[in-house]
Amino acid sequence: MLIAALVCLPVLALLLIAFQGSAGLWPHMLANVLPAALKNTVILLAGVGMLVTLIGTTTAWMVTAYDFPGRRVFEWALLLPLAVPTYIIAYAYLDILHPVGAVQGALRSLLGYSSPREFRLPDIRSMGGCILLLGLVLYPYVYLTTRAMFLTQAANLVEVSRTLGTRRGSVFRRVALPLARPAIAVGASLALMEALNDIGASQFLGVRTLTPSIYSTWVNRSDMPGAAQIALAMLVIVVLLVLVERYARRNQRYAAAAQRPRAMSPARLRGWRAAGAFCLCLFPVALGFIAPAAYLCREAWKRVSFAGISPRIWGEIVNTVTVSAVATLLVLLSGLVLAYAARTYPGRSTSLAARASTLGYAVPGTVLAIGLLYPVGLFDRFWAGGVEWLIGAAPGLLLLGSGAALVLAYSVRFMAISTGGIEAGFSRIPPSLDHAGRMLGRSSMGVFRSVHLPLSKTAIASAGLLVFVDCMKELPATLLLRPLNFETLATHLYGEAARGTYEEAAIAALLIVLIGILPVVVLSRLGRVET
Amino acid sequence: MNMENLHPPRHLEINGVSRSFGGVPALNDISLSVAHGELICLAGHSGCGKSTLLRVIAGIEMPDQGRILLDGCGISGPNNYVEPEERNIGFMFQDYALFPHLNVLDNILFGLKRLTRPAAQARCLEIVERLGLEHLSRRFPHMLSGGEQQRVALARALAPQPQILLMDEPFSNLDRGLRDGIRTETISLLRELGTTVIMVTHDPEEALSAGDRVVLMRAGEIVQEGSGSDLYDRPANAYTAEFFSTFNKVQGACWNGFLETPLGRFAAPGFADGHTATLYVRPQCLRVNCGAEGVDCTVVDCALMGEIEQIQVSVAALPGPLKIRSAKRSRLRSGDVARISVTPEQVFVF
Repeated sequence: MLIAALVCLPVLALLLIAFQGSAGLWPHMLANVLPAALKNTVILLAGVGMLVTLIGTTTAWMVTAYDFPGRRVFEWALLLPLAVPTYIIAYAYLDILHPVGAVQGALRSLLGYSSPREFRLPDIRSMGGCILLLGLVLYPYVYLTTRAMFLTQAANLVEVSRTLGTRRGSVFRRVALPLARPAIAVGASLALMEALNDIGASQFLGVRTLTPSIYSTWVNRSDMPGAAQIALAMLVIVVLLVLVERYARRNQRYAAAAQRPRAMSPARLRGWRAAGAFCLCLFPVALGFIAPAAYLCREAWKRVSFAGISPRIWGEIVNTVTVSAVATLLVLLSGLVLAYAARTYPGRSTSLAARASTLGYAVPGTVLAIGLLYPVGLFDRFWAGGVEWLIGAAPGLLLLGSGAALVLAYSVRFMAISTGGIEAGFSRIPPSLDHAGRMLGRSSMGVFRSVHLPLSKTAIASAGLLVFVDCMKELPATLLLRPLNFETLATHLYGEAARGTYEEAAIAALLIVLIGILPVVVLSRLGRVET
Repeated sequence: MNMENLHPPRHLEINGVSRSFGGVPALNDISLSVAHGELICLAGHSGCGKSTLLRVIAGIEMPDQGRILLDGCGISGPNNYVEPEERNIGFMFQDYALFPHLNVLDNILFGLKRLTRPAAQARCLEIVERLGLEHLSRRFPHMLSGGEQQRVALARALAPQPQILLMDEPFSNLDRGLRDGIRTETISLLRELGTTVIMVTHDPEEALSAGDRVVLMRAGEIVQEGSGSDLYDRPANAYTAEFFSTFNKVQGACWNGFLETPLGRFAAPGFADGHTATLYVRPQCLRVNCGAEGVDCTVVDCALMGEIEQIQVSVAALPGPLKIRSAKRSRLRSGDVARISVTPEQVFVF
């Protein structure tokens, strides 16, 4: 119950601050900031939504329905772009596609142009570029959910439709696509939540959406109520996305109950068709992972061979790992409590608590940070006041200064991953095992220790890994809530990219991508995952 | 003869227990008492509340109302509630609920935590030997056949020497060929141990043959309880009658304490004149005569079912065909004309 309250706290605080804003602020917001930012956000979301659906569904269908050289590799390789956070792909491409950079130079010499003035690719620093880059790293969400759907649901229906005279080619349009609609909706709404959460990419690429507006309203103009108001507008979009996702999932669950899972037998492709399928699958992997990763490797190598690894990076690694590890522990513990409570005492209050705690994932990091800042600041002031009164000396800010606020933000934001993952693990344990444990004389806690923990070890471990990696990658909330002069890998990268310097950022970025590959490995191991 | 044998002390006493799920009553004011060493079969169609009653006794489910006493001590009531792990009641689940991460020995040891380590080991070995599981003791549940899993589940439930053993459809997951053998074996073992057993079943034959007493439930209420022959030979209502066997049903009207039907007149005491009632005739209580007696009928179908033969005949005044079963071979063919008569015992009017 306390955990759920903790998650709801920022949203309530947000409402409170937003209404504190002076009356004169709203008109200013409405006239100058909101419309443009809102319009940009909507365009961005629509574009990213279409792109991720297109890439995600086609590749998912390709690797399930057809067999071609490299299919086995693509099955997991298509997940790799998930390892690249949005701000890193933007950072990488800014340099790769720089007008005087290597790629454009090579293109020009190939086409016979001599200077950037005569020929250049459309600037990546645009809405189109932003949509493309976000789509390239976010499509795996759709790929994952849709492929799981195809794997578990489609086989029978596809075979039936073949016997009813549908050719394999049109099966995709007539059967698979309608079937996968709920899965696509789930995947796309997850991808869009990520897109909304993004702060680095849209800022580096100069696309002014809601997220950077919140950041700049607060950091540059120190206008807390204003930032809170924009954050509220963003929450509305988030709530819409959550509703779409919930609605789609309901259908999916129904479908899952109706059919028995059986894999489809893929059709073998030959000749140019196989080559086409290969290229189709290669394209997103190459652009979304291989190119930026290769670039980062090269840059990082240059940097390391030039100056070695600076102690600064080590410090940042320690910072990142410490904060993430503490948050992961906290999140896992509360996830276990929530999931076990929801299982042992099923009822309205526990399911409400579990559901409320998952909302944090949908709330963009910036919104969360603004919402947390107020109560945390209040607590800090109260604490400082109390301590000063007691010992006569003012201490520092307890929560904000120690990074506890950051840990709190991570916990709230990634609670859903641990609760969801652990619940999924628990759901594979039939309830009769709980009862059997109780009937054999163990207490509720005893059953938890001797039955649930050993049986859901892997689920708990993979939930922990996912949370840990997500904490390390997190940028927006970290930017706002970290203690002064406290740098993590992500904020370091952001700082250098924002200043236009690229000194050690490549090393930091490469480290983040490498760590980001870990959950991809887990996901592809699990194979038929439920996201 | 001492008094205790005439009136054995009540082992389990259930008083007015009710339980509903979201407004739908699953148990409605159930009262039942069970004597030491008795074997009770809770029977009924699925959804009648029999499993809920079992779970309420076990303490896995909390009743909304009513009291449950074990050896005179309240274990569930308005003021006290003993947690399932404190009740010392054994439970055998329909799916056996063996812990997949523990081998057979550890599964059985799971319930023996209260004993010291050597005592638990000894008890475990004793029960393993008793049930003939020695060769399986290091195996994991997924390596066992259905019958073996059943025995391990039984061993695990019996190991802590529970006062009462509750069994939820213990034989329904077994193959048909295996079921009868394992059932006989299990029940004779439980009799030898003198364990008090409450067993849930939806199989009428199992209910009649296995227990000392059958409790038939419908929609959360007890319809009738008594020995197997009580329920089979003297059903109190149509539900009980139909639960345990198939019937030919013939509508008729009552006059002067008799039911008039196309098959003849049958005693129907207690029915008002002009009241419509239904005659229930078991297929084996109809006889085909070649003589002059009985009601005219036409043979619709004659099928050999192994030990018995099933004949379906149509009678002019009845809407559907009647079923007749007999151990004799009739050599009738469809289209033959014959006469049938009713054996008046084992005929019921409801």
